Amino acid sequence: MYSEEYLNSLAAKAQILRRDVIISMGVGNAGHVGGSCSAADIVAALYFHKMHYDAKDPKNPDRDRFLLSKGHVGILQYAALAEAGFFPLSDLENTKSLGAHLQGHPDVLKTPGIEAGTGSLGQGLSIGLGMALGMKLDNSSRKVYVLVGDGEIAEGQIWEAAMAASVYKADNLVAIVDKNNLQATGPIAERFDTNPLPAKWEAFGWNVIEIDGHNMGDILNALDKADDSNGIPTVIIAHTVKGKGISFAENNPAYHNSALSQELYDQAIAELS
Amino acid sequence: MSYNNQRNAYGSTLVELGAENKNIVVLEADLGKSTMSHMFQQAYPDRYFEMGIAEQNMASVAAGLSQTGKIPFINSFAVFVSGRAFDQIRQTICIGKLNVKIIGSSSGLSDFGDGATHQDIEDMAIMRAIPNMTVICPADANEMTAATRAIAEYHGPCYVRSNRNSYDNVTPEDKPFVIGQPTVLREGNDIAVFACGYMVGLALKAADQLKDKISLKVINVSTIKPLNEALIRELSADCKGIITAEEHSIIGGLGSAVAQAMAACPKPMEFMGINDRFGCSAHSYKELLDYYNLTDQSIIQAAEKLYNK
Repeated sequence: MYSEEYLNSLAAKAQILRRDVIISMGVGNAGHVGGSCSAADIVAALYFHKMHYDAKDPKNPDRDRFLLSKGHVGILQYAALAEAGFFPLSDLENTKSLGAHLQGHPDVLKTPGIEAGTGSLGQGLSIGLGMALGMKLDNSSRKVYVLVGDGEIAEGQIWEAAMAASVYKADNLVAIVDKNNLQATGPIAERFDTNPLPAKWEAFGWNVIEIDGHNMGDILNALDKADDSNGIPTVIIAHTVKGKGISFAENNPAYHNSALSQELYDQAIAELS
Repeated sequence: MSYNNQRNAYGSTLVELGAENKNIVVLEADLGKSTMSHMFQQAYPDRYFEMGIAEQNMASVAAGLSQTGKIPFINSFAVFVSGRAFDQIRQTICIGKLNVKIIGSSSGLSDFGDGATHQDIEDMAIMRAIPNMTVICPADANEMTAATRAIAEYHGPCYVRSNRNSYDNVTPEDKPFVIGQPTVLREGNDIAVFACGYMVGLALKAADQLKDKISLKVINVSTIKPLNEALIRELSADCKGIITAEEHSIIGGLGSAVAQAMAACPKPMEFMGINDRFGCSAHSYKELLDYYNLTDQSIIQAAEKLYNK
């Protein structure tokens, strides 16, 4: 059991990440605000509670790894990396600027703490599986966490990876589905319905845990349960709200990838402070 | 040991590399008995990953393995590993300059029976277009052995295409492979033939037959990318014309690369390859090569045309 105080401190960290996302977008530049805010609690739990790493030695082999398969919310991972000390917080303001190390999608050669390039959807789980297999060869007890979107899992490669992870008993691989129910053009259920999720993952041989992706206690408990998944990979299906924490963006597909006016920027910062 | 088949040369070299370097891992998409990656499976089952008939996942898994310090070799037919997994190769492996080796087996027309779906005539063009990628087309089994060793030493993405069929070696055994270095196999000063893969042997045969009439210089360009453009110009400086010969579409492969190099000081050129059409089934490799005019006689005709200009 985690104390209320501890859980609240992590939830506050997630709010800081959301605020960093808005700062890194700035005024008038498009950014994936909706999907960043839905995943912020999960990412905060991983970087500031669960994962073992050294921000000053990002390639230390004795580390847990995080892959952002939904690479379009790179700004959320950049916020976490900056808050964790991989690079200065001031770098966030240069996100997507010409010559900046923070690209529109994660770049393994440019940004400290990025484990592999993602952005073409559906590939991160496979990359994570490769890392998990490599770590097993090295007898490492560390884990690989892969954040995937619920729209993204329409990509067939996700299910190739799901099968392969089960075949190779990759119990050091944890997939987290950010189930915010919206994709770029609107509700997933009305477009290309990827539901029901639990039955699909179970059929592919995964240990399935369903949680409220904004309840920090739920998130930590699910990550702990994944540690006991003996011989099978774990998927955490996290029910989330796209745009969480910013009233005008919540459940609003218009804020999948959009720019903020000065007025909306100020409002978002105020609501997240 | 010398082989006369690139697949056997590759499989046995992989096993040797596996003994020398524990970081070598091999991934396969259910064609191991054809690509010969199964030889590694028998020797090192713990470092061999059968990924099923799922090339895209295989490529991305290899990307992940490379990020744990492993040196993954991924295997399938050339047409599938370069085509089906193109996006995975581009997005993660090449943008990240990851240390993944991509081996395209049964390339060109060498899978003569299976027809257009399995005959790969675009792999060098599409792999060459990706930044950070090295593209290699060994001339024979000896060079396949050496190239397999060379790419294991090199850090970064490599694509190597291999031929399904057995034929005589034209390069020496045990000659180290230097990535990016074309080699002159026959000196000459009338017409320069830049060839790769199986076509290198045909170019040498053409040179033999023409030797009393036209002096052919035969250059084995087994690294298609990076291509030393200055050296291409230098090697052909004495010659009045250039022939490129490849078992590949004339669009985007060796011919295009050489033409780009020669644009600074143009010479008459003839492009031998597959002329913007798909392959088809035949009962023998030779029958199919004849059908597409990939023969020593075609090289002779091209040389005569250039020489008599």
